[in-house]
Amino acid sequence: MPLNIRTYHDLTEPDRSGLAEQIGAQRRRVAERLAGVGRVIAVMSGKGGVGKSYVTAHLARALARAGRAVGVLDADLNGPTAARLLEAPPQPMQVGEDGVEPALAHGVKLVSMALLLEDGKPLAFRGPEAESWVWRGTLEAAALREFLGDVRWGALDLLLVDLPPGMQRFLELAELLAAPPAVLTVTIPTPESSDAVRRALAAARERGAALLGVVENMAGGAFPGDAGEVLAREFGIPLLARIPFNPPSQSWDDLRSALPVRRSGS
Amino acid sequence: MKFLCVECDRQMVFEERELPGDGTLAAAFKCPNCGRVVAMLTNPMETQLVQSLGVKIGGRTLDQAPMETVRGMVATGREDAFADQAPRATTPAPKWSGDAEARLARVPNFVRGMVKKIYADYARERGIAEITPAVMDTARAELGLEGM
Repeated sequence: MPLNIRTYHDLTEPDRSGLAEQIGAQRRRVAERLAGVGRVIAVMSGKGGVGKSYVTAHLARALARAGRAVGVLDADLNGPTAARLLEAPPQPMQVGEDGVEPALAHGVKLVSMALLLEDGKPLAFRGPEAESWVWRGTLEAAALREFLGDVRWGALDLLLVDLPPGMQRFLELAELLAAPPAVLTVTIPTPESSDAVRRALAAARERGAALLGVVENMAGGAFPGDAGEVLAREFGIPLLARIPFNPPSQSWDDLRSALPVRRSGS
Repeated sequence: MKFLCVECDRQMVFEERELPGDGTLAAAFKCPNCGRVVAMLTNPMETQLVQSLGVKIGGRTLDQAPMETVRGMVATGREDAFADQAPRATTPAPKWSGDAEARLARVPNFVRGMVKKIYADYARERGIAEITPAVMDTARAELGLEGM
């Protein structure tokens, strides 16, 4: 005789675990922490090696020079470089009951796994090695959530999130925020890069993200192509800057001026 | 995840959690009608997955500490990555027995400050004057401090 078992949702008595509520509390923690942030901008590309972190760091410094309150969250947990690019001093992060104080470099607030890991060691987690693929992605998403929600970001005009290649971290970020982040896309001039970045832009647009524009990095040098222009035209977004090799600081100031941003509270 | 007592057609309620070893997490649930108790046992991978989500089966007994998942789970963290500011305590801090201090010293410095605060808060809230390994064991099981 078959058992007449009710569904999960039929069981409505109070549940002491409240796992859904715990997840909800995590999201609220992120939202409350970012309440003072004017805009979250994901710096992304579908391709590795195009200079996302380089652009992020120099754009952040240009914004800070212009008097903007800016933070950088290095979401490349496995290959973090923002701390070095921002010349963040190696010092312990201060932990209080209400959060972790971000590092400060060139007027830019920063959190990066590079500030936390032993020199030369990869990001490794405690836990059973067998079937680590099951939980590793979840742990990385948790680290991203804590970088967003547990750092005392304070009032910022902009929080730049330096994403690793691919789209996975962008999707995690979009899940954690109340609304998808704005997207600043970095490419190099080559057709291969435009192929990869096109997919990422399409995915970000499908997710509802505002596409701020394209930065073509390493322009005018050894790499052939015009990926920046091609992508800007295809997606109807501005080509914000073409950054040459060894760019003068004016390049970053120009990019900062072209970026459609506003001060917090305005 | 919910448990149903099929015989009584009643939702079972969470009773307690234990960490019996081997990476197992045991969560016991009881039928409020017939009193039958069942325990769900997770294998180490499943225990890890729950920890990775930053949730506690049976509900949270502690406020979430800043970066608790990063501090608790990263194995390659630098010893001096964090500096924990002293809490604003209104009651005297509990003493640590020598054995408890030795045990605490075995916790990597990356997470030690956070772990120390958790045990100190646990003792303070219960009026425990001295933290011993036994107190640490009880707190660990009661608070669900897997991996600490």
